Amino acid sequence: MSVETKLEFDQEYVRKFSQDRQEPEWLLNLRLKALDAASELPMPKPEKTKIDKWNFNSYKHDVSAQEIKSLDELPEDIKSLVGKDEQAGNLVVHRNTTLAFKQLSDDLREKGVIFTDILTASKEYSDLLEKYFMTEGVKIDEHRLTALHAALMNGGTFLYVPKNVDVEVPLQALYWQEDAEAGLFNHVIIVAEDNSRVTYVENYFSTGDDKESVANIIAEVFVGQNAKVSYGSVDNFAKGVTTFISRRSRVSRDGRIEWSLGQMNDGNTISDNITHLDGNGSTAETKTVTVGRGDQKQNFVNRVFHHGQNSESNLLVHGVMKDSASSIFNGITKIEHGAKKAFGDQTQRVLMMSEKARGDANPILLIDEDDVMAGHAASVGKVDQLQLFYMMSRGISRAEAERLIIHGFLAPVVNDLPIEGVQKRATEVIERKVR
Amino acid sequence: MSASNLKIENLHVSIEGKEIIKGLDLEINGGEIHAVMGPNGTGKSTLASAIMGHPKYEITEGTVTIDGKDLLEMEVDERAKAGLFLAMQYPSEVSGVTNADFLRTSINARREEGDEISLMKFIKKMDEKMAALGMGEEFSQRYLNEGFSGGEKKRNEILQLMMLEPKIAILDEIDSGLDIDALKVVSQGVNSMRSPEFGCLIITHYQRLLNYITPDKVHVIMQGRIVKSGGAELAQRLEAEGYDWIKEELGIEDETVGQEA
Repeated sequence: MSVETKLEFDQEYVRKFSQDRQEPEWLLNLRLKALDAASELPMPKPEKTKIDKWNFNSYKHDVSAQEIKSLDELPEDIKSLVGKDEQAGNLVVHRNTTLAFKQLSDDLREKGVIFTDILTASKEYSDLLEKYFMTEGVKIDEHRLTALHAALMNGGTFLYVPKNVDVEVPLQALYWQEDAEAGLFNHVIIVAEDNSRVTYVENYFSTGDDKESVANIIAEVFVGQNAKVSYGSVDNFAKGVTTFISRRSRVSRDGRIEWSLGQMNDGNTISDNITHLDGNGSTAETKTVTVGRGDQKQNFVNRVFHHGQNSESNLLVHGVMKDSASSIFNGITKIEHGAKKAFGDQTQRVLMMSEKARGDANPILLIDEDDVMAGHAASVGKVDQLQLFYMMSRGISRAEAERLIIHGFLAPVVNDLPIEGVQKRATEVIERKVR
Repeated sequence: MSASNLKIENLHVSIEGKEIIKGLDLEINGGEIHAVMGPNGTGKSTLASAIMGHPKYEITEGTVTIDGKDLLEMEVDERAKAGLFLAMQYPSEVSGVTNADFLRTSINARREEGDEISLMKFIKKMDEKMAALGMGEEFSQRYLNEGFSGGEKKRNEILQLMMLEPKIAILDEIDSGLDIDALKVVSQGVNSMRSPEFGCLIITHYQRLLNYITPDKVHVIMQGRIVKSGGAELAQRLEAEGYDWIKEELGIEDETVGQEA
């Protein structure tokens, strides 16, 4: 394959960007190395989705935005995402890639919890960040987009929970792309040390129009022994935004990761969600919902690697495709040799609402160990005309019947999302998309 | 309030190019209960589904009006809003949509925006009707027909009938698969609807139901058209003697559609 090697950003630009932000030497070097790599590496090749015509080049990188002094300055629809009462206390808000507001309760601060933007983390917790930043999770040289991400990272959040600390309230991050052309290279790192517990909830959204831009997002989650991380997200970028998003977790012995993802972008999207169940007895629960509309194309991969014995994974994916939207859903359960007594189960269901909508669900089990249990179910189908007839025969319009069917189809996942805020937000976004 | 009226004239219905109903006339007024009886395969259910607007049936000829308005010009939901109701033989299951949400949406679809039924009023009415039908409270929060037994689905159809209060209801084999107790409950539900504004067409091939709901008129359908009409006594004679005497009388050998001489 021939690779377009010209990049819009050169060494000089990256060096200046890093130095302006007074980043530590290791990060600057990492960026420069990544930039070199980016020019050599091929683009990712999502299965069954052609991305060669997608926009990955047109965006503004160095965007500044004003801080906000209080949450009252946020637009109403965004403010409504902020939790109430004690849940509102722990929050990081990014506006156009840049930190605009942050708040962490004294209680959590005293317990040693770090919850801050990634730029601050690079200065104040440099060693800690260096240990986790694109080392054991996502690698810089996986393909061109991971390398570009490292070179151009311009926002993100660092969350660190020390040993034995139980964070009872969800910590919340809002990534608000107010400038429709601002490219977001966001990096999230969550470290939950042994026996800790934390819930992290993020919302991505871009206000603005169909102007072209790019979101290149990486999240790395490290779950310590017997720790639990619940990770909720509602992605909701506008139509003009091409999104590459890679979320990855490594889970130690008896640790648990719960992914609750509302994947609600309106633009073309590649989503790559990977969990490594490294430790014995580690578990992963992944639940995702998607509504595709317009002519967007999306590719969702959910992958679980079982390395540890008695590790357990469950994956539940429901997607609705409207209009002429098309999506590929690949679920991959890989059980490595030696992962005895591992259990992996996956279910992917796709409902198509129109003749032109396309959905494809591919369940893949790769098993290199004899003593395991694994199962999969997948279905792709068109909306049932008899269901529509039945509902309409009670006076309900076709549009309203479709709305009810879509909510109903997604309900088993939405109602089961373990984080209330994500559940509510996902329902709202679904409602907006199906109306 | 205008008197309820459903008028079917010279109706012809095809499915996948095959004609099933072949020139059927029937008129139902408010206050009347009609029964359409007939052996299997004579076009009874086709009649019910076609009038409601089932996507698989094509009406090739004839007219159907409700209160003088052309029913066949209307979308399915518009037919319902015009006052038509069909209790289906095989109601669909809709996962993730509760019975209560479905019914409330149906009721509000008939009302103007801003004039939606209050939640309190709705719950009260639903509780009352469910109690009358011997349905447990849990049915309001169960997903629409999902995992319901055959009898539960039939009760649920009658619940919807009682909640929506249509002008004209067609009950398509509402009695099949019901035990005698359930049959009584369902019949009571239908009888409670009786009023000068309510007309009803009961489609059945068992006379049994008509012991509990006395029809004003009974029609026998064979080969896609009504071949004999009478009063309640006609149903009793059919129960006692079967259909053969009608076939003999009319010189029909095979009563199913497509077998006419």
